[in-house]
Amino acid sequence: MATPLQSRALNASFANLNSIHKPRHFLHHPHDLKLAPSLPRGSSSMLSSSIGFASRRAATPRATAKAAGESVTAFHGLCYVLGDNIDTDQIIPAEYLTLVPSNPAEYEKLGSYALIGLPASYETRFIEPNETKTKYKIVIGGANFGCGSSREHAPVALGAAGVSAVVAESYARIFFRNSVSTGEVYPLEADVRICEECRTGDTVTIELAESKLINHTTGKEYKLKPIGDAGPVIEAGGIFAYARKTGMIPSQAA
Amino acid sequence: MASSTVIPPLSASFVASKKEFGLSACFASQPFSSTKSKKSVSKKIVSVMAPQQTERKPATTGSVKNAMTMTEKILARASEKPELSPGENVWVDVDVLMTHDVCGPGSFGIFKKEFGENAKVWDREKIVIIPDHYIFTSDERANRNVDILRDFCREQNIKYFYDITDLSDFKVNPDYKGVCHIALAQEGHCRPGEVLLGTDSHTCTAGAFGQFATGIGNTDAGFVLGAGKILLKVPPTLRFVMEGEMPEYLLAKDLILQIIGEISVAGATYKSMEFVGSTVESLTMEERMTLCNMVVEAGGKNGVVPADSTTFEYLKDKTSKPYEPVYSDEKARFLSEYHFDITKLEPLVAKPHSPDKRALARECKDVKIDRVYIGSCTGGKTEDFLAAAKVFLASGKKVKVPTFLVPATQKVWMDVYTLPVPGSGGKTCSQIFEEAGCDTPASPSCGACLGGPRDTYARMNEPKVCVSTTNRNFPGRMGHKEGQIYLASPFTAAASALTGYVTDPRDFLQ
Repeated sequence: MATPLQSRALNASFANLNSIHKPRHFLHHPHDLKLAPSLPRGSSSMLSSSIGFASRRAATPRATAKAAGESVTAFHGLCYVLGDNIDTDQIIPAEYLTLVPSNPAEYEKLGSYALIGLPASYETRFIEPNETKTKYKIVIGGANFGCGSSREHAPVALGAAGVSAVVAESYARIFFRNSVSTGEVYPLEADVRICEECRTGDTVTIELAESKLINHTTGKEYKLKPIGDAGPVIEAGGIFAYARKTGMIPSQAA
Repeated sequence: MASSTVIPPLSASFVASKKEFGLSACFASQPFSSTKSKKSVSKKIVSVMAPQQTERKPATTGSVKNAMTMTEKILARASEKPELSPGENVWVDVDVLMTHDVCGPGSFGIFKKEFGENAKVWDREKIVIIPDHYIFTSDERANRNVDILRDFCREQNIKYFYDITDLSDFKVNPDYKGVCHIALAQEGHCRPGEVLLGTDSHTCTAGAFGQFATGIGNTDAGFVLGAGKILLKVPPTLRFVMEGEMPEYLLAKDLILQIIGEISVAGATYKSMEFVGSTVESLTMEERMTLCNMVVEAGGKNGVVPADSTTFEYLKDKTSKPYEPVYSDEKARFLSEYHFDITKLEPLVAKPHSPDKRALARECKDVKIDRVYIGSCTGGKTEDFLAAAKVFLASGKKVKVPTFLVPATQKVWMDVYTLPVPGSGGKTCSQIFEEAGCDTPASPSCGACLGGPRDTYARMNEPKVCVSTTNRNFPGRMGHKEGQIYLASPFTAAASALTGYVTDPRDFLQ
């Protein structure tokens, strides 16, 4: 049940989101409106109703899915918790690399295999059988998240599966860069090892502007490191979208 | 021309005093004291997409020049800056962009989407396309991806495309090479002082030639295809000084496993690793490639070995393009320096499931194994097979477990079948392998190093224990999630094949 503190936090994010979304937006981009994923029993209606705002995943690769003027400052949903050194083979095993991420149908398919390489010690499935999307919007990891291969398929698979943000203690360099370049997921860093304090299935909210993560299940709040200049790039939908948006490169002729 | 940029000689008296200032200014934001666990070092993420810095530190203005590391110098030249310091974000001109069948199609897709259907690549002679990952498979999508490479190369008139069309026999495809990082070197695409990018994390292998080489994703590669430039953050450098004559039972693989065990799989994240010292100077080019190849397993951005007579000799018949090596200044600033007495080192393995789980091979002598794999960009070069053959020859025995051999490239395959093994009375590696009861050397490709499609030769489809000369042993790397991979040198791999247990090669070489 929501404590007064949690309600306050949620109200704040709610107001925030309302102020930046023009009502018209929803008519023009119906695919941005997604049904709220199932929440644990006992979740307040406030929690459910805010989910629609935080979700922004569409069925096409990120760079084409972004709507002009769209701005996201909060993510809310269930979290999936991982340990240290989650390498790219666990995120997307090499046998699925025949899928080409720039092909929309194969992008979707990549998403359905996200984190399928995790060992059996992770008892909860990230994606249910016969599903293509995960119910976990937020992935929480330990140190050196995304180490291993340079495959961009890794952040793409997470993004395509419906993940909005990863919160880890630290990242492998190429995974971080690929996350920003593609705009698929926010690679956020925490000051502490959140992975030891959160459990898979906990309901969490990330407030980007305030750089904090709230675990509603435990009632704890954590400070995140600011995403900095990478934030607008991810928000725009990757480096190309950002470069066009900011006039670094000319807008593409249709 | 970028190469005409002159790096002014430094004034030593200035450097000494300015160096300290520069150091504290550069690294104040790196909270090294905030180590959370034994193996991990937290670091502040500084945006990769920050606009180019215009502010310059006092020490880098005017006539005062800072000493630079090799990596800093290469990036300074490629960005046409007189000098650079770690942390600066610069636009770098790319000398070579390499991609392969796994990431090429996606990179081309992004290039077309962003630059237009009719766009042309920035330079048809600076792009090298090497199908190597999923070649000898009936997987239709994998086959299709090679077709996509071919179509793009034709359309763009790409000069260097190492194609394969007849999958039934690689030998009838004269253009086909095999594993990209080894092919890049063998075909003369690796040159000192240059910038090489590839859509593969092991692109860092080419640092062996004293160049800046690093792995990038599809989106960055899509950008480079069109623009020929990339935004890079200048990494600080860790220096590894290895001294002493290499004992005859050690290989470069032992050196890099030692280093990764020392600094962990994240110990060099965002950093450059420079390898110097008398041991490194004594290494052949292939051994230097092994050293730089696994830099990424420590999280490194790139690895470098200063170019020397060994480098120039190797390049003699491979490239006619002029190149200009650069070297770290005597007073260059290194984030830290590690010293190793190689004469005291023993053969090593990395235990499952992390490349930094270092152990002495002899400490694992009770670990029963099911198979041995010799191949990949790390351990599938000519000298790797010569090393394995040397152990088989010395023992005169037969292997006790299935031993899979996957030469990295067509050239390596030829060497395995033609080069006489020293001290064997003229026998080739292939003859020695056959006598020892190994599997017949397979068609050159990345093979089972990264699992790949289910029908990949030697893929671990069941939970087995494997000693492998490859580079990673995370869960599922070679196929099965419960498979256990012990990373080792070709000496140790061959010795283990002979006993069926993880085995110190000294048991056969002494």
